Amino acid sequence: MREKGKLILLIVLAAVSITGFMFIELGANWDYALPRRAEKMAAIVLTGTVIAIATLLFQTITNNRILTPSIIGLDSLYMLVQTTLVFFLGSTSLTVMNKQVNFAISLGFMIVFALVLYRILFKREGQNIYFLLLLGLIVGTFFGSFTSFMQVLIDPNEFQIILDRMFASFNNIQTDVLVMASVITAVVLLYMMKFVKYLDVLSLGKETAVNLGVDYDYTVKRLLVIVAVLISVATALVGPITFLGLLVVNVAYEMFKTYKHSVLIFASALVSIVALSAGQVLVEHVFTFSTQLSVIINFVGGIYFIYLLLRESKS
Amino acid sequence: MKKRYLVFLLIALSCTSLFVGVTRISPLDLFRFDDHQTQIFWQSRVPRLISILIAGVTLSISGFIMQQLSRNKFVSPTTAGTMDSARFGILIALIVFTSASPFEKMIVAFVFSLVGTFLFMKILDRIKMKDPIFIPLVGLMFGNIISSITTFFAYKHDLIQNMSAWLQGDFSMITAGRYEMLYISIPLVMIAYIFADRFTIAGLGEDFAKNLGLNYKQAVNVGLIIVALSTTLVVLTVGLIPFLGLVVPNIVSLYRGDNLKNSLFDTALLGAVFILFCDILGRIIIFPYEIPIGLTVGVIGSGIFIYLLMRRRDYA
Amino acid sequence: MVEVKSISKSYGLKAVVDDVSVSIQKGKITSFIGPNGAGKSTLLSIISRLMNADTGEVLIDGQKVNETKSRELAKKIAILKQSNHLSLRLSVRDLVSFGRFPYSQGKLTKEDQVYIDEAIRYMELEDMQDRYLDQLSGGQKQRAFIAMTIAQDTDYILLDEPLNNLDMKHSVQIMKVLRRLANELGKTVLIVIHDINFASVYSDYIVALKDGKIEAQGTVNDIMTSLVLKQVYGMEMPIQEINNQKICVYFS
Repeated sequence: MREKGKLILLIVLAAVSITGFMFIELGANWDYALPRRAEKMAAIVLTGTVIAIATLLFQTITNNRILTPSIIGLDSLYMLVQTTLVFFLGSTSLTVMNKQVNFAISLGFMIVFALVLYRILFKREGQNIYFLLLLGLIVGTFFGSFTSFMQVLIDPNEFQIILDRMFASFNNIQTDVLVMASVITAVVLLYMMKFVKYLDVLSLGKETAVNLGVDYDYTVKRLLVIVAVLISVATALVGPITFLGLLVVNVAYEMFKTYKHSVLIFASALVSIVALSAGQVLVEHVFTFSTQLSVIINFVGGIYFIYLLLRESKS
Repeated sequence: MKKRYLVFLLIALSCTSLFVGVTRISPLDLFRFDDHQTQIFWQSRVPRLISILIAGVTLSISGFIMQQLSRNKFVSPTTAGTMDSARFGILIALIVFTSASPFEKMIVAFVFSLVGTFLFMKILDRIKMKDPIFIPLVGLMFGNIISSITTFFAYKHDLIQNMSAWLQGDFSMITAGRYEMLYISIPLVMIAYIFADRFTIAGLGEDFAKNLGLNYKQAVNVGLIIVALSTTLVVLTVGLIPFLGLVVPNIVSLYRGDNLKNSLFDTALLGAVFILFCDILGRIIIFPYEIPIGLTVGVIGSGIFIYLLMRRRDYA
Repeated sequence: MVEVKSISKSYGLKAVVDDVSVSIQKGKITSFIGPNGAGKSTLLSIISRLMNADTGEVLIDGQKVNETKSRELAKKIAILKQSNHLSLRLSVRDLVSFGRFPYSQGKLTKEDQVYIDEAIRYMELEDMQDRYLDQLSGGQKQRAFIAMTIAQDTDYILLDEPLNNLDMKHSVQIMKVLRRLANELGKTVLIVIHDINFASVYSDYIVALKDGKIEAQGTVNDIMTSLVLKQVYGMEMPIQEINNQKICVYFS
């Protein structure tokens, strides 16, 4: 019962911050501004949900609450793709401007990369999931080296374009891209429903899950693909927000103190939406766009992560 | 026996390094340089060689010390947030003292990298899961976080592209007058040599060290100070050089085992050879342009790191 | 019946289990003993499909383990490994409820609740069933996990060092429960155990492994002899009979 109360509280909070986002300082041109804001809001809700669920699944699979799926190198790959496009085609090139093509290219690269990574891992028996992550992280560093090499060479004006890409942004998201992302997300989430009942058991660890009759390899492989697609969609849509998932999923765990994924899925998605929309209100009206939401979230999420690490030992 | 080959290789590569570059300087000209050649030689080539050698030696030894202290083969300045913390410190120095002198930058960056490394070691202590592969994962994430905090401040002060430059190790900017700070590392290396045994004992744990009558805290602190200071110096003069401190000690322990003092010398030697090789490679691949050392070492180093991981797993 | 047919498993060049064949009698307790690194735990993991063997096969009631659906196997065989450090906030009852997952796939029925209650009673956990796992002592936690495998209601129960880190009182308590499971409910119990005297007193059969091979197998009386145990452990193992129990006094 208390779970229900908390969920309702979160829904109210989400509604309040969404309303705030939509109507604060709307001004006279509301018939122009409102649809713009609605579009932005849709992007926020979509991204927030997708990242929260992907991180929750990922942490359950890895049995670890201090990991986030972006670390398998997807963020770095996204930056590499963006930088490469600007580097070779220039900032005026169609691909950077045409968001639809850009979205498709980034998404394609990230999904292919994740699948290749999984393939390498699952070819061998006795896979260690940490090994996969470390491999991804190193490859990510590798991409990062190339990216910063090109960034140093790029002329400062062009660099401004990349700078915009470096930070997740909900501005200027085109409707058709948003629709594309929503459709993919809907399909993936629908597919995920098939595996939801296994999540609680998976959180008990591999051996217990196998003992209880879960086809472990099959399930985990599917779930990892789901995670990769979700994260890729979010990143290609708005850009990298590495630590958002880490932050919101852990807040959801702290709030609800449960292991039940039927609750956690909704809880973390709601926390995520609240964090993003309230954060965006802050950025727009308090900081008046002097900083980026994703920069703040990475900052807060990062500090929270260090806190989590230092607390690990207590119990 | 291997040592002899390494020394030979080091000398050969050092000579090559002196005579590779846009301005043609051949060894035959050694005693009849014209003014231009003399200037290039002493202002650019020699400083570059010295800084390469010092960077290679100190980073490898730093990695070696960290691996001894943490008893984990995958801990190094790259995988423990040391480099990222140093970079964060440089940024803070740039923001606080708008025109920071190199010395001020060094002090601030040193403090930050020391705190960062120390924090990581604390985290390491507290983590229950001792899966050796999990540790570098936490370290790299820790580094990412420090970077994201750096980004937070860099963005506010419009210094992002500026910080990108610190991200990429590059020897091509080294000239006389811009690298001398690296000499501070030389006494550090000597102290590391004196303390080598103590690091190993300290790595076995506080209780174990006490049992052997060793001042545990002192050994750990000395180790971390050496690591933080020498990493800071390299980041400040050259930039980030990823994976060097990770890969070199691991290769040495492959053929030498974990025998303390001898390994230290080998580690230093191999570190210098490895980075020299990468530097020369970066200079000739797209001659007359050059690929920065951060990228060459990043590519070759991450390749070797992955190989080491794979290999480890076969024995797991 | 569990039939193990020439199972081998190696890591790199080292064979951990080397061409092992053994049959396990139904309704009895069989203990696996042997020195460290003999391959006991690995063998148990292979029987319970937690690991794949390199060669050979395992049959449970005539069905090949690697060709049977995991969910079906979960109704037949339960395995409990030694390391169970969970960081989840889970009550004892929640944990035991997970034992019903193979049947209900997460949606507990009335019938499931009956099994859960019974398992909790069997392990005498009634008064702590709402406590969280992280508040329990090692022995209590171990009992909760065993209760989960009981709720799983399988014919075969495999336990990897269930007495690890337990004091004598709790060790005896757990062994007595296992004895009851075999005697009263006709369950087949396989355990890996280090203390040969516990194996001697509470089990029906003993399988002794050494260097990945079976060194000896048979009834307790067959195995609990100085000669056999000396072969297995490579030291003097004098046996004394106390109250009709064979006790090895190896503290020479």
